[in-house]
Amino acid sequence: MSAVPQAAPMPEAGRVRSMVDLYLTTARTAVSQQFQYRTANYFYMLGMIAEPVIYLVVWTTIADQHGGSVNGLSAGYLAAYYIVWTLVRNMNIVFGAPFWEHRIREGELNRDLLRPVLPLHYDIAYFAGWKVVVIVLWIPLAIVLSLVFDPALSPNAEQIAAFAVAIWGAYLIRTMFQEGLGMLCFWTTRGAAIFDLWMTLELLLSGRLVPMPLMPDWVQEVARFLPFQWAFYFPIQTLVGDYSGTELLRGLGAQLLWILIGFAIFRVAWKFAIRRYSAVGG
Amino acid sequence: MNALRVSWLFFKLGVLNELQYRVNFFVSLLQAAIALVTGLVVLALVYSHTQELNGWTQPELLCVLGIQILMGGVIRTSIQPNMTRLIEDVHDGKLDYALTKPEDAQMLVSVREVRIWQVVDVFSGLVVLAVGLSRISTGVGPDDAAAFVLALVLGAVLIYCFWLVIATVAFWVVNMWHAVELFDGVFQTGRWPVGIYPYWLRVGVTFLVPIAFAVTVPAEALTSRLDWQTLLLAFLFAVSLFAATRWFWRFGLRRYSGASA
Repeated sequence: MSAVPQAAPMPEAGRVRSMVDLYLTTARTAVSQQFQYRTANYFYMLGMIAEPVIYLVVWTTIADQHGGSVNGLSAGYLAAYYIVWTLVRNMNIVFGAPFWEHRIREGELNRDLLRPVLPLHYDIAYFAGWKVVVIVLWIPLAIVLSLVFDPALSPNAEQIAAFAVAIWGAYLIRTMFQEGLGMLCFWTTRGAAIFDLWMTLELLLSGRLVPMPLMPDWVQEVARFLPFQWAFYFPIQTLVGDYSGTELLRGLGAQLLWILIGFAIFRVAWKFAIRRYSAVGG
Repeated sequence: MNALRVSWLFFKLGVLNELQYRVNFFVSLLQAAIALVTGLVVLALVYSHTQELNGWTQPELLCVLGIQILMGGVIRTSIQPNMTRLIEDVHDGKLDYALTKPEDAQMLVSVREVRIWQVVDVFSGLVVLAVGLSRISTGVGPDDAAAFVLALVLGAVLIYCFWLVIATVAFWVVNMWHAVELFDGVFQTGRWPVGIYPYWLRVGVTFLVPIAFAVTVPAEALTSRLDWQTLLLAFLFAVSLFAATRWFWRFGLRRYSGASA
């Protein structure tokens, strides 16, 4: 917004710098906003704890009935899996497809379209900032869960490093696919049923319900060719599994691939969707 | 008697209101179907790794699932919408409209809303329950059936009391929106017999959030596991919680000062 008109188009380096600036500023705003609502954030997290605790109790009961393990997974492994699950689940909360309906109906998209960059960038930056708050709030919760459920967790430095990257990979994969799915809202106002169906597929094929080895073989085979488990099972497994260095790198590569595929799908869908948009209010 | 007449009137009004939005029925139907299939897949998965879970066979757990879906339907049809409206009204200062009417306020705030399309869940729960029962070899005697119905009603009363207590807290803590999320999460524990949970959690979902009484106890009645002491305990707990809730509601109401409705 400088008063002096720019003579030449902005050089590439300047573009990158302003993009980084946009991301950092949006993320910082999110951090300070969401820290104000820490009680609300905590309640939300507590509500989510019930789900993994139920899975953990059910599968631990089965393991105990069969001499301490089910399909080779020990009770300690299951505890570790579902405790790390809680963080990965939180990283999986993104600007979801149903929010697009709200954004269009309320005319918020009008404002977003006036900005010089895609709304996608704001969403990624804002939710990434929020994640920082979530991770901080998650730590005491993880400590309590560990005291109660006694997980078998002994990652090496390599695994911890890979995990630190993989949770952000998971965040980006889910962001891309949810934003892409959200484009449906430009065509229908009853996306809820489709989103539900997607969530169910995610539940079964991502490792959210059970660690993938507990699924029938053919399901595991199908899941290998879908993005879901790279946003859930893989990041958990980097920390609680026994991946080698190359396996970790290959997994992170697969995550990158799915981020790019998701982004490509979103860009194509966005191109067609935005043509259909006509503003109401705003 | 008057209370019944008013409830019936609100019910008719609510149903008429909802019947305008017919497509919502199909959305409810589809969502119920997705939830049901998910539940069945989870059960199949569990029983592909084991013969029985803490002494419960697959058909027996099918009954538990059916009762949980059914009870969930009852909660979402009538209990939850009324309680969230109560929380909203306290927040917006609109509760005056209910309080100034010449009827018992607790009764009024408990019957104002009906989400009739959620009844789909009641029926799908009944179907699952029927399928589960048909696969149980022992059969269900008339006394089991009577105990089941009684346990179910007591369970619903307990859940209602729990929700009213939570909603009444809104008189002090205005921001109670998360209560719904929290309850939905915890209600999922009802999918499994309460006996599998560790002690602290079992106590929690029995007395703190009375899900065990709402789902597991009726299921125990149908599978001939229930002894009369448990049923008596459920009865006494329901009666005393109902009385305590009524006292707490009146106590909370004294704090309500309206906000220029």
